[in-house]
Amino acid sequence: MARAASPRKQLITTLAAWSVALIIFFPVLWMILTSFKTEASAVASPPELLGADWTLDNYAEVWSRSDYPRFFWNSVVISVGSTLLGLAIAIPAAWSMAFVPGKRTKDLLMWMLSTKMMPAVAVMIPIYLLFQWLGIFDTRIGLILALMLMNLPIIIWMLYTYFKEIPGEILEAARMDGASLWNEIVYVLTPMAIPGIASTMLLNVILAWNEAFWTITLTTTKAAPLSAFIASFSAPQGLFYAKLSAASAMAILPILILGWFSQKQLVRGLTFGAVK
Amino acid sequence: MTKTLRALLGATALLTLSGAAIAETTITVATVNNGDMVRMQGLMDDFNAKHPDIKVEWVTLEENVLRQNVTTDIATGGGQYDVITIGTYEVPIWGKQGWLASLNDLPAEYDVDDLLPAIRGGLTVDGTLYASPFYGESSMVMYRTDLMEAAGLTMPDAPTWADIEKAAAAMTNKDAEIYGVCLRGKAGWGENMAFLTAMSNSFGARWFDEAWNPQFDSPEWKATLDFYLNLMNNYGPPGASNNGFNENLTLFNQGKCGMWIDATVAASFVTGKDSTVADKVGFTLAPDNGLGKRGNWLWAWSLAIPASSQKQDAAKTFINWATNKDYLALVASKEGWANVPPGTRTSLYSNEEYAKVPFAKMTIDSINAADPNAPTVKPVPYVGVQFVAIPEFQGLGTTVGELFSAALAGQSTADEALAAAQAAVAEEMKAAGYIQ
Amino acid sequence: MSTQSTRMAARFMVAPSVIVLFIWMIVPLAMTAYFSFRLYRLLSPDRTGWVGFNNYVWFFNSPDFWLALTNTLLLVGGVLVITVVLGILIALLLDQPVKGQGVLRILVIAPFFVMPPVAASIWENLFMHPQNGLFAAIARGFGAQPILFLENYPMPSVIGIVAWEWLPFATLIFVTALQSLSSEQLEAAEMDGASAFNRFRYIILPHLTRAITVVILIQTIFLLGIFGEIFTTTQGGPGSASTTLPYMIFKQAIVAKDIGRAAAGGIIAVILANIVAYFLMRGIGRHLDA
Repeated sequence: MARAASPRKQLITTLAAWSVALIIFFPVLWMILTSFKTEASAVASPPELLGADWTLDNYAEVWSRSDYPRFFWNSVVISVGSTLLGLAIAIPAAWSMAFVPGKRTKDLLMWMLSTKMMPAVAVMIPIYLLFQWLGIFDTRIGLILALMLMNLPIIIWMLYTYFKEIPGEILEAARMDGASLWNEIVYVLTPMAIPGIASTMLLNVILAWNEAFWTITLTTTKAAPLSAFIASFSAPQGLFYAKLSAASAMAILPILILGWFSQKQLVRGLTFGAVK
Repeated sequence: MTKTLRALLGATALLTLSGAAIAETTITVATVNNGDMVRMQGLMDDFNAKHPDIKVEWVTLEENVLRQNVTTDIATGGGQYDVITIGTYEVPIWGKQGWLASLNDLPAEYDVDDLLPAIRGGLTVDGTLYASPFYGESSMVMYRTDLMEAAGLTMPDAPTWADIEKAAAAMTNKDAEIYGVCLRGKAGWGENMAFLTAMSNSFGARWFDEAWNPQFDSPEWKATLDFYLNLMNNYGPPGASNNGFNENLTLFNQGKCGMWIDATVAASFVTGKDSTVADKVGFTLAPDNGLGKRGNWLWAWSLAIPASSQKQDAAKTFINWATNKDYLALVASKEGWANVPPGTRTSLYSNEEYAKVPFAKMTIDSINAADPNAPTVKPVPYVGVQFVAIPEFQGLGTTVGELFSAALAGQSTADEALAAAQAAVAEEMKAAGYIQ
Repeated sequence: MSTQSTRMAARFMVAPSVIVLFIWMIVPLAMTAYFSFRLYRLLSPDRTGWVGFNNYVWFFNSPDFWLALTNTLLLVGGVLVITVVLGILIALLLDQPVKGQGVLRILVIAPFFVMPPVAASIWENLFMHPQNGLFAAIARGFGAQPILFLENYPMPSVIGIVAWEWLPFATLIFVTALQSLSSEQLEAAEMDGASAFNRFRYIILPHLTRAITVVILIQTIFLLGIFGEIFTTTQGGPGSASTTLPYMIFKQAIVAKDIGRAAAGGIIAVILANIVAYFLMRGIGRHLDA
């Protein structure tokens, strides 16, 4: 929508856009600033900015107090693993729903989404017991499975909408050339859907990274990701704003950086079929 | 092979790698993220040097999350933990259920007779010690000596509630953001109800009579709640219904509270490096009303071994290390006497070095002033000073805590809150089969 | 192109998803339904047995139940209204040719990358705290009394926090949808003298219908289950002023350790979710011609 606009109008919109963006971002910024203050300075009133006591001690202490790399690596394995596994199961399903739709395709999609409606706390004990019985409690594979199943409906839905935009004629042509179903998916469909698949991946990595109920409930030491890392710093005895902020910053920074580099992809791809 | 598949295989390979076996015994220790426990994790070099064959994996979580995970594990026989950190509320209940391993056979160097009797009694069921105290606490009054002086008052060694009200009125200066008294208002059985239950003991109130009939319709409870609400509304900080231990500690350290009645362990924080009033803090016993009971509680964070643990010997070795006299000496040598976990051993309080710590005497006096087996003025069928050691109490305490917190927020009157509490507790006790 | 064999293949390929999701749904659901008729308290393992509908009756008789139900709908509705309205406005702004668009976007979507418990504790401690929060400092700067957000306005505070978390999601979808709007159509309308409001009302808004539907649908599913933010900030209080149905279940499951009641609450929540979904599909489902 690049229309020529008067310089004055452009200035106003630029100012407005920046103010809004900064307001929305401000809590995150404030948290990051707080993480560099001493505890006393963090709760000073009125709030200190220029005259604040800046320090790196919070990060040093958080780092020395817990095994951050392990929590971080678990978060990476779990969020990426659950997304890849989800994609592997979802791509064929989304293909068949998009190109061989039946009368019930829409109902099927809605049913899949409805599996997310049970409140997590209500099924806590059942899932906990199941994980114990299956021997996948506190394992990364267990969490990968749980998060994959939680996000699978979203993955299928997103992929389905991307696949639907691909004209069926191309697939027909491939089929004429004698391509097998497998080849059709791998060599024709997937490359065309790469942008859609990429944004699906991104969204699901984020959702899995931020999950903070099952990742704490179903782990102890081996598979505990960054959500458990945060829970070991929240609400301890004593002044804690600055250290909690530092721990929080360490937990969200990796995903924030990922988001930074992939924001174009996210902006382009997050349609959920919202665009015709 | 597609990129996706290849990446997937890669991820699987990584997962397999992580399952490699470790030769030594690995025990999993679950603990809360309180200062003394965090300090213990920093001193693990000592343990590793003495016991190279035992590797300790830590699960450090915020108190509520830890309690949730540990309770689920032990009640379903999950067996994920070898050492758990629990309090004096859990130990008698879980011990009775057979969920905890006996600690009667700890080595002689552990010196079980050195444990403070009140603390040891709370962790023993029918002669079996089920948990070893890591630190013990009572509650007391922490107050600002400078503000008291400015108001021309002196704090008695054993104040009454009337003394507290007088001091709170004199110290309050809302324009300067100084509030006479900060008390817990946040709903929860371990937050406002810990304080209010202990306070009610000094007003002659009790949760239940001998036949388990709830007593919130008694004049004693009415007096307790009226006094508390009046004190907080007149001299407390705004928004107190959301203040728990942490919030009040922050306020006190910022110099915004004249008095704070809370856990004795807070003494080392309010006199520590994060406090702006470190050199102006005095300590005195929790208040009473001349009825023979003071408004202080008794709690001990303790280490226990789930009966489901497969590595009980290694777990016992660890508990012995973390809670015996040598550990106290170790902390003292590395971090100073003020940072030694308080309130567990008689020998600590006969140590001359430790006696120099400003809050040492008040802590032991407060602990000795609490009796979990006879917590109230009138007789009760339960054990526990600021709690009732029955499985239903967490739910009950939180329900009542919400009602009282709402009263503090001005959403209901004291009478309404007490009537609702009486009805809710009576219904639950009927459902749980204590009363008809 | 639906030959017999492709249809077979299609069934075969959709099967794994359907099977795993079905298992993931039915096993916990069946266990929950079973527990909901049992006396099952984690800390009292000796007392067990069938209790009929007692657990359900407890929920319906609880003085908090209807309040919790109202609060649940209020939370979902409030967050939806805020995120959709603000989301569209922000998307329109971001769609303008402004300087530093890339940076702007990352700033706007940043809240989405913050773990919910972290978000809640930032807001509670650094902003809404009556003594140390930034809002209190600002209020005092103007000589006013700080607002007691969590004590006097617990539901609006929680709604505000959750809306902040979900605003980026809505904004992103609207931005994406706007990009596909043909600029010629808008320019033509502008030439014809259509006011900015009319252009929005008759061209942009209809174009966004599908996007709005998607935002409402996906967010509703996530929002119906929210309890973590409430636990971190108000703990359902003061009293039960900000207790929602999932938080009520949370209290039964985690605090009271009454798994039977929590299970009954779970079944009630599923029924509620299905009722909401039904009206949602009737109301906006036609925009989703999948």
